[in-house]
Amino acid sequence: MEHSLPTPHRPRVDDADRRLLAAIQHGLPLVSRPYAEIASRLGLSEAEVITRLTCLRDTGVIRRFGVVVRHRELGYAANAMVVWDVPDDRVTELGCCLAGFDFITLCYRRPRRPPHWRYNLYCMIHGKSRDEVFAHLEWMVNHCRLQALPHEVLFSRRRFKQCGAVYERQPIAVS
Amino acid sequence: MDATDRKIVNALQGGFPVSERPYAEAATKLGIGEDDLIRRLDTLLSDGTLTRFGPMYHAERLGGALTLAAMRIPPQDFERVAETVNRFPEVAHNYARTHDFNMWFVLATETPERITEVIGEIERATGYRVYNMPKLEEFYVGLRFEA
Repeated sequence: MEHSLPTPHRPRVDDADRRLLAAIQHGLPLVSRPYAEIASRLGLSEAEVITRLTCLRDTGVIRRFGVVVRHRELGYAANAMVVWDVPDDRVTELGCCLAGFDFITLCYRRPRRPPHWRYNLYCMIHGKSRDEVFAHLEWMVNHCRLQALPHEVLFSRRRFKQCGAVYERQPIAVS
Repeated sequence: MDATDRKIVNALQGGFPVSERPYAEAATKLGIGEDDLIRRLDTLLSDGTLTRFGPMYHAERLGGALTLAAMRIPPQDFERVAETVNRFPEVAHNYARTHDFNMWFVLATETPERITEVIGEIERATGYRVYNMPKLEEFYVGLRFEA
């Protein structure tokens, strides 16, 4: 008898879907009927491109469709990763509390790496200055009652690469 | 960037229609013309306010993998290690941060197995340990910037 590990649920993405995703990964054409233009490049109909993209979006393969901003150019110069050492049985509760603020852009639980790294909850705060980030942080600490929890603020000093991930050897943005 | 540009950036971070005339549809909601929206998006892309206009994919649902990795590099060796790390095509973003753990990057690979391999390759190429910090749980956030 053959035993196999359970595979995580994954929506079906066929070959035409992959070609479609590759065709739009650098952006949509800036023309009145962009999906018709993509369709003609791929030898599909406009209706089929619209149906496939709707499905890819509804199943979450496309997480988000829209503009990707370069946050520094919008004046968000301070980018802080705040890491917390949270009791394991409170991670979900506190993660949800942190994620509720509009200045938080990402919030994840990640593994501790003892003895060097004790933190297990991460969130990203973007602000126009470091002072603004600290003001947001103070507000959050009070609101979610995090005073007793050890945390550290890691500001970004330099960005070396922001090229997105690689999908079929072409860069794309992934979150 | 004027008030209309700001409205466009704020509105389109939340989504873009998938329909025959998506620009016309989005423009109507913004109270501007289709041509005006297309022209403004073109300008915002050319001047670098927007990096891209299109989809963000979910790597894991495409069979690929993503992780966050961190390294502790002595300051005098930082530049050399940064150059070595940035040469790996799997390194998607790399930030220098104010901490003893001073280098943080995202790895994106076509298969989950490849993450472990690339981490081993980076450790051998740099001589420093790479701490793999994969996401274990994600808390929903809207990821948007008010323009």
